[in-house]
Amino acid sequence: MAGAALERLERDELLGMLRLMLLGRRFEEKASESYALGKIGGFCHLYIGQEAVGVGALAPLRDDDYVITAYRDHVQAIAKGVTARQVMAELYGRVDGCSGGKGGSMHLYSAEHRFMGGWGIVGGQIPAATGIGWAIKYRGGDQVCVCFMGEAAVNQGAFHESLNMAALWKLPVIYIVENNRYGMGTAWERASSLYDISQKACAYAMPSAIADGMDVLEMRATMEEAIERAREESMPTLIEARCYRFMGHSMSDPVYGVYRTKKDVEEAKQTDPIATYIEGLKQADRLTTEDLEALDQEVRAEVDDAVQFAENSPLPPAGDLHRDVYAQINDHGDLFFEGVGAPDPALGRAAGEVAD
Amino acid sequence: MAVITYRDALNQALAEELERDPDVFLMGEEVGQYDGAYKVSRGLLERFGERRVVDTPITELGFAGLGVGAAMAGLRPVIEFMTWNFAILANDQIINSAAKVHYMTAGQFSCPIVFRGPTGAALQLSAQHSQALEASYAHFPGLKVVVPGTPADAKGLLKAAIRDDDPVLVLEGEVLYAMKGEVPEDPDFVIPLGVAEVKRAGADVSILTHGKMVNLALQAAERLAKDDVDAEVVDLRSLRPLDLDRVVDSVRKTNRAVYLEEGWGYSGIGAEVVAQVQENAFDWLDAPVLRVHQTDAPMPYSKELEKLAKPSVERTIEACNRVLYR
Ligand SMILES: Cc1ncc(C[n+]2csc(CCOP(=O)(O)OP(=O)(O)O)c2C)c(N)n1
Repeated sequence: MAGAALERLERDELLGMLRLMLLGRRFEEKASESYALGKIGGFCHLYIGQEAVGVGALAPLRDDDYVITAYRDHVQAIAKGVTARQVMAELYGRVDGCSGGKGGSMHLYSAEHRFMGGWGIVGGQIPAATGIGWAIKYRGGDQVCVCFMGEAAVNQGAFHESLNMAALWKLPVIYIVENNRYGMGTAWERASSLYDISQKACAYAMPSAIADGMDVLEMRATMEEAIERAREESMPTLIEARCYRFMGHSMSDPVYGVYRTKKDVEEAKQTDPIATYIEGLKQADRLTTEDLEALDQEVRAEVDDAVQFAENSPLPPAGDLHRDVYAQINDHGDLFFEGVGAPDPALGRAAGEVAD
Repeated sequence: MAVITYRDALNQALAEELERDPDVFLMGEEVGQYDGAYKVSRGLLERFGERRVVDTPITELGFAGLGVGAAMAGLRPVIEFMTWNFAILANDQIINSAAKVHYMTAGQFSCPIVFRGPTGAALQLSAQHSQALEASYAHFPGLKVVVPGTPADAKGLLKAAIRDDDPVLVLEGEVLYAMKGEVPEDPDFVIPLGVAEVKRAGADVSILTHGKMVNLALQAAERLAKDDVDAEVVDLRSLRPLDLDRVVDSVRKTNRAVYLEEGWGYSGIGAEVVAQVQENAFDWLDAPVLRVHQTDAPMPYSKELEKLAKPSVERTIEACNRVLYR
């Protein structure tokens, strides 16, 4: 499947995917540096090793398609078009971040890019994805909604309820399970009575597929089929993308030691999706060493620019504390409550103000 | 008495109760092989084995409900939530099931279960991971709710919770785990549910508080002392049952009070306590009781905004000064 895609796709498209994977990788390496320096805080979950899934899955999408995901969201946001600048500024908690500095690493959102986040509760995004699919169908559109989740989320009741409705009502949602083998410190086989996730689709009479999530072209080809099914027949698909997380679960979780060995990780790194893709492109004469160097430089410059941008972006003003709690501020009665005497540190909001 | 961390105090409580009663078992995400996401259950799997210390899938509703059934069938489950933010997924089982079992079965069944885990904001974890939810649980009759603010209280309250025949929720402070303090070694050291403690005696104003905020209240009291204000700090420790007598005694002595809590003020614990105080000590009050709490918004990620959103020592001092008309 991957070989055919190598023949079929334009060079621009092939290199575009490589560029995004490289950008994702360099972006996160930089983010991890900034995290170590204390410039980024909170929980931060890196995607390193899984780039082929996000990039391959989103490459064949249209701009007006929707994407929704969990907290491991930096690269998916970038692959959907959110700029490295907007994402980095969000990690820095600055006003120019794609969530205005209020979300941070786990909660990237961009309405402009139909990037619907950025959800921090395992499984929380799955019913919402189904709702987005519902809205598409309700309006008679032909967009699709792509919903990413980790394999551990599949055990949540929300998964079962959502897939049942999506199949029952024929909603154009593509559920992608990124099976990176571990939900935090728990290996998949210690958490699920059924090893093969794609089989779960049988329970809902939903089409399904397994993709090699370390192979960006196979990921893309699998998605193309699912997208066609969603656009033409308004039918959901469950895709299990088998991949591996090269880093710890989050910045505080060691890469190996507790639940997997150094050897496990080293072995998995032999199938690094970026290295493998570069190798494949070179062998098919679609990429030269010069191309690669140029791409790499371009990408590094883009990441440096994003960091500069984030560093220079202002902090959110104190008045932002109450902005956007509600979409509409009523004229009658006060929606906010600060206690009788407690001083409000952030009385920047204007009464009757409608958030923009 | 040994000086140990809040985390180790909880660990001791779990170990001692697992040791004492074979019907007690611990279940939750990463509690076993990983030693607990916050290392509260460190070493317990090794010591008590897989039958007693059980790793679960990420299925909060499922394993909370499993605990309810197991409790009805005679066991004494301790269910750990990685944080209380995720317990919201299990609220159906906590609220609709556990809280009602004894009542709706006319006492034929009880539900001796403990739900526990960290609560409240740490640093920059943003809206879905920074919630102090105790007020929402204290709302429900049938549940007991405790919030230890020191290592000794953590141990004594958790042990009492495990021995209690009703569903008890223990909300631990995520940022308290590393806090050190003296903790009794007696295996029968328990702190009865529903007993508040005066953590600092004073004459001029009562700072009523619970959980993680106890420490903030004590800091505020120290700073106020430099200004010749003698503040009393009353730690409720248990929100349901509530030790109203101790609260009222304190207010009758100082005639002024401030409620300090980590969560939102609207429909918060402070709201309840203020209502009770005005019903029971109105004639002793020299000023309205004020509340200090998280600002009325979900928690923002940005470090500076987060700092503004959280209750602080400064705001507590300011509220105390206000009720003192200073
Ligand atoms: C309902 C809920 N329970 C627990 C957590 C804590 N938690 C965050 S990520 C995670 C592991 C999830 O693993 P998986 O879904 O496989 O995604 P991955 O991290 O591998 O991308 C856990 C237990 C949470 N955020 N939400």
